Amino acid sequence: MVGIFQSWNIALSIFNLCLISAVMTMGANIQWGYAGLINFGIMGYTALGGLAAVLISVDPVQEAWRAGGFDILMSLWLIVVMVLVIRFVLKRFEKSKIRTYSIAAIIISGILLIRFSAEPGIEAIEAVDPAKTGFLGGFGLPIIFSWIVGALFAGGLAFIVGKVALGLRADYLAIATLLISEIVIAIIKHEDWLTRGVKNVIGLKRPAPYEVDLQTTDWFIKLVEKFNSGKLSVIENLADRQAALNQLVIEGSSVFVKLCYSGLFLVVVIILLILTQKALYSPWGRMMRAIRDNEEAANAMGKNVVKQHLLIFILGSAIVGIAGAMLVTQDGLFTPGSYRPMRYTFLIWVMVIVGGSGNNFGAILGGFVVWFLWIEAAPISLFLINFFTSGIPETNALKAHLIESVPYFRFLLMGLGLLFIMRYRPKGILPEKIEIK
Amino acid sequence: MDFVNAIILLLNYIFIPALTYGSQLALGAIFVTLIYGILRFANFATGDMMSFGTMATILFTWYFQSLGVSLGVLPTALLAIPFGVIFMILYMLLIDKFVFKYYRNQKSPPVQFAMVSIGVMFVTQAVVRIIIGPSDRRFFDGEKFIIKAREFKEMTGLNEGLALKSTQVITIFVTIVLVSLLFWFLNRTKTGKSMKAYSDNEDLALLSGIDPKKIVLVTWVIAGILATIGGALYGLDKSFKPFTYFNNMLPIFAAAIVGGIGNPFGAFLGGYVIAFSEILLTYAYKKFFMYILPESMEPNSLVQLLSTDYKFAVSFSILVIVLIYRPSGIFKGKVL
Repeated sequence: MVGIFQSWNIALSIFNLCLISAVMTMGANIQWGYAGLINFGIMGYTALGGLAAVLISVDPVQEAWRAGGFDILMSLWLIVVMVLVIRFVLKRFEKSKIRTYSIAAIIISGILLIRFSAEPGIEAIEAVDPAKTGFLGGFGLPIIFSWIVGALFAGGLAFIVGKVALGLRADYLAIATLLISEIVIAIIKHEDWLTRGVKNVIGLKRPAPYEVDLQTTDWFIKLVEKFNSGKLSVIENLADRQAALNQLVIEGSSVFVKLCYSGLFLVVVIILLILTQKALYSPWGRMMRAIRDNEEAANAMGKNVVKQHLLIFILGSAIVGIAGAMLVTQDGLFTPGSYRPMRYTFLIWVMVIVGGSGNNFGAILGGFVVWFLWIEAAPISLFLINFFTSGIPETNALKAHLIESVPYFRFLLMGLGLLFIMRYRPKGILPEKIEIK
Repeated sequence: MDFVNAIILLLNYIFIPALTYGSQLALGAIFVTLIYGILRFANFATGDMMSFGTMATILFTWYFQSLGVSLGVLPTALLAIPFGVIFMILYMLLIDKFVFKYYRNQKSPPVQFAMVSIGVMFVTQAVVRIIIGPSDRRFFDGEKFIIKAREFKEMTGLNEGLALKSTQVITIFVTIVLVSLLFWFLNRTKTGKSMKAYSDNEDLALLSGIDPKKIVLVTWVIAGILATIGGALYGLDKSFKPFTYFNNMLPIFAAAIVGGIGNPFGAFLGGYVIAFSEILLTYAYKKFFMYILPESMEPNSLVQLLSTDYKFAVSFSILVIVLIYRPSGIFKGKVL
């Protein structure tokens, strides 16, 4: 529809982001719909997935490694040693006040030690050609791998967060995860040696061909010619026809690249959909629902509630991590400053609730519908404002003000949508279906 | 003399700003805690409700300014706050009637309330941005400083200046008055006591003839007062920008939970705990040590525990630690 009204290019980019949103929503849906765990930290996992994309695909910066690599590796070792010592203390000694205090002391002194040992290294790394690099770089591998690594990163963080916070009551858990994700973003933003921070990483590798290359490839030009032969044959003049063809090739190349992405993303969505569907109807899925609906009963039946909660928390977050890596792959750039809870946490939650929690198709539908509305809210509301105020002259202050603030109607639309769905269809558009055989 | 200089330095850069910021957080945290204690949900629309109240105050301030009304040395906003409060309370009651009431009657679980409040958050954010726009606004007028840094230096002959902004004094003064009134109300009046009872045990309170509608109404009225005044004071001291207000929700939550959610006094102190730890941990102590240590021992680095970029992260880490070790908060929450 947008393809017809605006352009195929925009339609495809919306479609791609819809697919990514669908993956994120599936991740959140696994946690909320299957297990009833509330996770407001989606933004943090998304950003970690994005970080994975950077670390995997960027070529290593040799100079920076020489300048400060040793210090960084040293501090990594220190962290490992610290964790081991804490584990040792936890195992060897009984729970007591002294143990708690000594662990706190170990952590604080460890952090100070790491700061001192890493400081020169970090400064040296950040001094290496700060306009272009100023960070360690990555491994120079194809960016597709980052989707898996992103999942691992996010899963790792989820493991730590889950260990710490999963015992909390639902609304406390929501607040804790929200705040932890803010901490993650703060770290990504300000540890320039790792991520370049707010200086952003641009020009990441792509899994799809570049537009410029496509425009000079023979088979692609032929393809475009074939597709548009009807349109081209109308033009008589040879020079004009060539010009028109060039124009079409340029347009076609960007559409083609986006189609490549769509293909890749579709594959991910379909694989995830098959897996999650299978999981939902497996004995494991039944157990998760049992735990969600009545924790004590499930516990009494011998199910390890804590372990299963942790597992599902990690799984869901890992899927969100994949989506984060996909997002950065699509954009070709990593901008830590752009991760905001509104867009990456609350909007995803709107998708989950609107789509229908506990239903994977609902999650995908939610991702599509909500993202489409989020993007198209401004044009739609502009149209509506113009329609309703058509009798009022252009110079009217109220009308001008309304038209100026058109971009903010998307918040209104999302909020009202969420409120209406919660009120009149609390299970979402596609509610959870449980087959009892 | 150096010692006095060092003290003044700390006062100027740590103590007074932290006290001001803490007061602003404290008002927000009491707001969160009241809603949590009596209406029983975590209100994710906190930041945006505060920005709505501030917006109303700003609009009235502009109106008064256009009429030529002013308070002389005091900012006109002080005159506008009561009108902003009324506006805010009306908005809150409207939302309560159309949104929250339904779920209260249904006895929905707190998680559902939290989700609904996210919907309210989106709507409020949209309303604020559509009415006043997303940009930075300053609405302070009147005398800016009570003591200027230079005057203070001349007066005392010290090296370090002490600047005292009038907004800081107003903030602290208003907070003290407001909070003491609030505690008087909660602990001494009949309505306040019945609110406490309602928070402790809803069924028992209903049995003893407490009218739940009245409790809810009074809660929203107090919440409206706190939200508007807290927001307006923050806006006067810094500036008004809807996005910052949304972000402020996070340290406010941290303050409320650290103090023990549901406990207004805890929330009040929690605000200061958060503010002081944020500023103490991210302040660069170099100059301070230059004053108190002999010259040979002067530090070369900034002597900063954490870079200022991690300001928010500090308060969140404190919160996470409190949540793990003492989920009921420092002052034992969930009793009003």
